[in-house]
Amino acid sequence: MSPSSPRLGDLLEDKQVVICAGSGGVGKTTTSAAIAAGLAARGMKVCVLTIDPAKRLADSLGLEELGNDARRVDPELFAAQGIEMKGELWAMMLDPKQTFDELIARQAPDEESRDRVLENPIYQQISGALAGSQEYMAMEKLFELHTEGDFDVLVLDTPPSRNALDFLEAPRRLTQFIEGKSLKVFMKPTGFAAKVAGRGATVALSVMKRIVGFDLIADLAEFFNAFSGMVDGFQARAKRVNKLLAAPTTCFLVVCGPQGEPIDEAVYFHRKLVEAKLPFGGVIVNKVHYPAEQLRGEVEDLPAVLAAKLGDEDLARRVAANFSDYQALAERDARNIEHLAREMRATGVIRVPYLDEDVHDLAGLAQINRYLFATGEERVAMAAGRA
Amino acid sequence: MIVTGKGGVGKTTVSVALGMRAAAEGKRTIVCEVAAQENASRMFEHTTVGFHEVELEENLWAISIDPDESMREYVLLQLKVRAMRDMLFRSRIFNYLAAATPGLKELVTIGKIWELAQLDRKVKAGRKYDTVIVDAPATGHGVGFLQTPRTFANIARVGPIHSQAKTLDNFITDHDNTGVAIVALPEEMPVNESAALERDLVTDVGVAVDRVYLNGLYPERFSKKEAERLGALAAAEDGAPKAAARAALSEFGRARSQRAQLARLRRRAQAPVKTLPFLFEPDLGPEAARRLSKRLA
Repeated sequence: MSPSSPRLGDLLEDKQVVICAGSGGVGKTTTSAAIAAGLAARGMKVCVLTIDPAKRLADSLGLEELGNDARRVDPELFAAQGIEMKGELWAMMLDPKQTFDELIARQAPDEESRDRVLENPIYQQISGALAGSQEYMAMEKLFELHTEGDFDVLVLDTPPSRNALDFLEAPRRLTQFIEGKSLKVFMKPTGFAAKVAGRGATVALSVMKRIVGFDLIADLAEFFNAFSGMVDGFQARAKRVNKLLAAPTTCFLVVCGPQGEPIDEAVYFHRKLVEAKLPFGGVIVNKVHYPAEQLRGEVEDLPAVLAAKLGDEDLARRVAANFSDYQALAERDARNIEHLAREMRATGVIRVPYLDEDVHDLAGLAQINRYLFATGEERVAMAAGRA
Repeated sequence: MIVTGKGGVGKTTVSVALGMRAAAEGKRTIVCEVAAQENASRMFEHTTVGFHEVELEENLWAISIDPDESMREYVLLQLKVRAMRDMLFRSRIFNYLAAATPGLKELVTIGKIWELAQLDRKVKAGRKYDTVIVDAPATGHGVGFLQTPRTFANIARVGPIHSQAKTLDNFITDHDNTGVAIVALPEEMPVNESAALERDLVTDVGVAVDRVYLNGLYPERFSKKEAERLGALAAAEDGAPKAAARAALSEFGRARSQRAQLARLRRRAQAPVKTLPFLFEPDLGPEAARRLSKRLA
């Protein structure tokens, strides 16, 4: 039943960019940090990036805070957990608003256009909140760091979006938005532009003014106008970002949980990655209840066996009932993972067990790290308490 | 009632359970999903609920609020002249603006929620609901979502959008009629995030957070003494007895660390904390939600 279970170290051989994607609440941040730590332990200079309003990465790395600049994680912290850092681990938490501002400053043809955007009230209201802007800024920073070339490997923890797909669509959505082509044409409904916009435009404008209000339309137009002159730069950059994402040295890892819904989303995301010809590396399924399948024959008379050993029938009954609850969850997880492996044609499913302790500190991170970088057999043995 | 929290904490299950609870009390209730998640329809094995008010059970309806449909409906309600709206829907510029304007999708979604909550419904032959339950987007986006009306009210200083956004903001921050419930898990980081979320919701958005639901709390099945005996058993045995003892120890360990998280949450949250049990069930269907709903009394 065991789906092929590769070693993460092999999957990530020669990779320069590792992108951890998946829906929220599946342990993406911890997984990203554990992967980065594992690669750093193997001698590489690694930076893990996250956009995370909840500061989860800082928490799990034992740092007080992370800024928009990369900070080195103290190797002593890992040494205390029995992980020797042959390389270096760095971490960075993106501030999407600041990254957006920096990007505008870089793309603006002159100071005046830069200030026009930065001071625009609509820009100020939306630059942190614009749909897709967090995702886009994550990619932007990734691209910047990659270009600078200070690190051997970059590990990106994608923003906590409802749908992992938002991440892939972000550059297209954002550049489309910034282009604002139709609006510019529409705002000057005279001469050639009016012909392009079509006869309906002037009427449409007056109708929209009625339901939206003229001021808002004018403000929006000013907003889009402020961006003009940067459109080409944004487009060119988006193209280069996409090229990096599709490079053979990039690897997408899908992170999910074992329940039906996250599994379905992982299957869907995998399909989209393949369609977009992006380099898919494998799936990491977190919080898996490992089954004790080989024990099935022995389980029938378990209450009696336990009662004999414990000398306590009531406790034995409760232990057996609890075990059967755990087995039911393990069987569900196994079923879901089999479905996942089938859908992905059995390429690389890594199962990380549901640990008895909540993972939120370096000790937990180190434990996850050991599972991730083990072989499939070692993982099963560790989960059964034999290693 | 707006149900929010980070991803994967069981917002949909709790929303449906709250809906069932209200319905059982005789209130006409609708559960709204936003951003086309269709989680509730999954749960009820409806193929899709869609942008319709679908009856799930007695007194309980569901709707999946699609922003494009909401926008369409909004324009239909604003423009009574058919030719005018046909022209608008065909207009490239309108479709462009509708798609590109940041936050507009969230705004029209909240607009639809407001419309559902009106006793004098705007849509033709609209049903009257006593309770509207919103399965809100995961946090990260959660605070932003609820802040959209104010953002719009600030951007559009005057005009119809300004006044309508203001109406929606008043609706969300009306402490007498609108409340927020946060769903959390009994783990370190989710507890931290829920406490931070509550603070942001109260101070930045100005909503009333009525309750924090701590979901998925393991039952205390074994005492400390029993755990010690099981530890000895796990060390001495092999095969099924060892695996069973380890499962029991895992349950014991989780139940205990979760109690510590519950205590932390109670200290840090302003709103009262209510616990919901972990359900040892492979798939959480309507029956699971019903059992939870009975715990919500």
